[in-house]
Amino acid sequence: MSATQQQFCTFYIQGLLFGVEVETVQEVIRHLDMTGVPLAPDVVAGLINLRGQIVTAIDLRRRLGVKDRGEGELPMNVVVRTGDGAVSLLVDEIGDVVEVEQKDFEETPNTLASTSRELIRGVYKLNNELLLVLNTQRSVNLSTSAGESGPGAN
Amino acid sequence: MFRVRHATAEARRPLQLGVMIMMDEFIQEFLVEGGELLDQLDRDFVEFEKNPNSKELVARIFRAVHTLKGTGGTIGLEKIEAINHAGESVLSRVREGELSLNAEITSALLRMIDLNRQLFASLESTGQEGEHDLSAVLQSLNAILAGNEKPGAVPDAGKAKSTAADGPSLLGEILVQGGAVAETAVAEALTQQQGGDVRPIGEILVQNGAVPQTTVQDALQEQRDSREDAANSNIRVDVNLLDKVMNLVGELVLARNQVLQFTSNQKDPAFLSTAQRLNLITTELQEGVMKTRMQPIGIIWNKLPRIVRDLSNSTGKSVRIEMAGTQTELDKTIIEAIKDPLTHIVRNSLDHGIETPAERLAAGKPAQGLLFLRAFHEGGQVNIEISDDGAGLDLDAIRTKAVERGIVSPSQAAKMSDREAANLIFLAGFSTARKVTNISGRGVGMDVVKTNIEKIGGTVDITSVHGHGTTLKIKIPLTLAIIPALIVTTGCERFAIPQVSLVELVRLEGKAADSGIEMIQEAAVYRLRGSLLPIIYLNRELKLGGSAGEGAAEAINIVVLQADGQQFGLVVDEINDTEEIVVKPLGKQLKGISCFAGATIMGDGKVALILDILGLAQGAAVAGDSHEHAAGNGRDASEEAAGQRESWLLFRVGDRGKLAVPLSQVSRLEEFDPKTVEMSGNCQVVQYRGGIMPLVRVADALKLTAQAAREGPMQVVVHSDGGHSVGLVVDEILDIVDQHVSITSKAGNLHLLGSAVIQQHVTDLLNVPELVMSMAGEGRIA
Repeated sequence: MSATQQQFCTFYIQGLLFGVEVETVQEVIRHLDMTGVPLAPDVVAGLINLRGQIVTAIDLRRRLGVKDRGEGELPMNVVVRTGDGAVSLLVDEIGDVVEVEQKDFEETPNTLASTSRELIRGVYKLNNELLLVLNTQRSVNLSTSAGESGPGAN
Repeated sequence: MFRVRHATAEARRPLQLGVMIMMDEFIQEFLVEGGELLDQLDRDFVEFEKNPNSKELVARIFRAVHTLKGTGGTIGLEKIEAINHAGESVLSRVREGELSLNAEITSALLRMIDLNRQLFASLESTGQEGEHDLSAVLQSLNAILAGNEKPGAVPDAGKAKSTAADGPSLLGEILVQGGAVAETAVAEALTQQQGGDVRPIGEILVQNGAVPQTTVQDALQEQRDSREDAANSNIRVDVNLLDKVMNLVGELVLARNQVLQFTSNQKDPAFLSTAQRLNLITTELQEGVMKTRMQPIGIIWNKLPRIVRDLSNSTGKSVRIEMAGTQTELDKTIIEAIKDPLTHIVRNSLDHGIETPAERLAAGKPAQGLLFLRAFHEGGQVNIEISDDGAGLDLDAIRTKAVERGIVSPSQAAKMSDREAANLIFLAGFSTARKVTNISGRGVGMDVVKTNIEKIGGTVDITSVHGHGTTLKIKIPLTLAIIPALIVTTGCERFAIPQVSLVELVRLEGKAADSGIEMIQEAAVYRLRGSLLPIIYLNRELKLGGSAGEGAAEAINIVVLQADGQQFGLVVDEINDTEEIVVKPLGKQLKGISCFAGATIMGDGKVALILDILGLAQGAAVAGDSHEHAAGNGRDASEEAAGQRESWLLFRVGDRGKLAVPLSQVSRLEEFDPKTVEMSGNCQVVQYRGGIMPLVRVADALKLTAQAAREGPMQVVVHSDGGHSVGLVVDEILDIVDQHVSITSKAGNLHLLGSAVIQQHVTDLLNVPELVMSMAGEGRIA
């Protein structure tokens, strides 16, 4: 792999293909039972027990401001490493690990909704679809972005 | 220290690097050992000032300084060697009785120790001794020596080594100290040895008829023990390693809890017994690992005498410090956390509490003030009390000040009980000191003390009598990593409540469930033994659905909790069980929610949140600045003035009617199936918490006619003392009352303390320790 290439772990959210750098992904696991956290911002789906470690799960659908998953559609966990320990991102479906070329990269178009634009670092043009690069740090940081403070922060 | 000087030395580098690493290791070791010696020196010096004639102390101080000099010199720390050499010279004169210790000498020696600390600090951060000016210390020490010049008094290093290094473990010394033989006899035997006698000294003494053979053997054993103690019984372990082991044990506890969950629907006896063994071993392992992290509180207290000495010198006060319970053990992390608050409290007591000798004499008190520190274990918590016999708090001044600062309104201040007023000093920006000194009085102290102690789940309370002194009481948990907790359910979610905050559980059934909780406008209250208990609903606080205690519930469960000195009732759907839980922190995304202290993993592998009782109370505004309960507290205070209030557990046994025991003697209430009672010798026992607990039938002990055997489980009051538990079998647990009792008559029965009026009924008070003792004496309990 040359310096202009990059590997992404991909997943789908409401039909859109997202990717995070492979190096930041700790593991991908099927749906786990979650414990809800009262008073938490509603993007926090709950807490999961990852082999004895307690990990906060963030629902990317809510984080991106798209409509909730239907009844009975169980999300998958993409556990990413962040500066403050592991965080699980809840996604609809897991895709492949794809290799992209730097030349296919483009900035996020300005026409996207502002929440999405803040969380998407850019777009790689793949052969038959677009890969949206998720800004992991911002996605798990709930304190900075507007409109996501949740109902119960007292 | 070892630099590669030539390019050709390249090839030798690995070797030299090896040497450097070895040197680093030496220095590390020296820093640890030397640090301990310096701590010990601080203590010994303060002690020595009090007992200037103690030969033992001066020998110990001399040995420590000698070791610092010797070890420092060996690894090339010239400055440390130089100052300790000067100190050693002075000390050897003191030891020989040529110099007597005075304030000048002590101060010079203490300055030398401080300089040692500075050198140590540089050594630790840079690996070098650094640029420190030794001249002042050296000069003052040399001046002391010069003032007492005597030819040939230069310390004899060889001699110093033989007496210093072996110290009290010399056989002759042991015998002399034990009073078995006169010093002259040992001296005589030593002369004989030096004259060519090759026999050991003990043998010579026995031959000379100075001492019997058996005494020498005892002394030899003592000598062996003391050597073995020093050499073999301790190893140094990296704290990080211990932390890691602790974490793993935490995981093991969780895994154990999960395995135990399966045992309920398993029939295989082999599996069940294995699970049982796993359970026991895990519990013991957990206790063992906890113990490795325990340190006596003396470790931090030992620094206090020096602080007290320096402060009383600089403020012109005379203060004596006394300590009790220095061996009380605490988890290392907690020891670290309370170090600064404790130091601050002590400084505060000295600065504001204890008066100058003149003021004290005028007030009819001894010129020397007393600072008393006490630590003890109680109910799974450590209690630390710091009291002084100083001026006490001027509560009126505090009230005035609080009103001036706009912290409370004048009417609130007037309503405030003395206790509440005293606790105002914990608010930020509050200081009543007339003058700001460099020690304290800037008003940034006590609030920090309180915050730091509450951060580790502790509480702090202050009581003070104007003119007679102040007592600060700190309660802190033994450990933070694994805590006992009560598991409750609300809105289909489980929550853990740390047992530290738990006071009692109240269940309202039937009619009481409908009308027990009354409303004052929006605020719910419950009449708990005559006092109003503010009630909050967990489901409402957490904005959960469900109907805990609302509407036509069959029963209401109230968890009575204590936070910030206030009690309140928390209504939950269901009370499950108590469990040991492993506290895990919450992610950053959830840190802002003050209601939760962390999370834990339950036996079924699911995550449960741990409630932060203080945060919950503050969210619901029952704790902190709500002063609606001031009136209630005022009444408490007046009752307190009449005598100590105590909580009593009421129960019924046989035809005797009501009996009571102090709640402080009750560790738990349990129910046992009568079928689980087994016999051990003549004693009835049950298996309880991985051990065997003897049972005492209170009815038999009091020679009462037992009522017809009751259906259902046995009610047992568990009394624990020194790690041993005894179960008292009673017929029915009735209630807990909180009131001042005056024991009126001494009853004829030895097992009773007497009688008192509790809840308008004459009630016999059971003397539990006496009962347990006499049962043990009769061999009726194991």
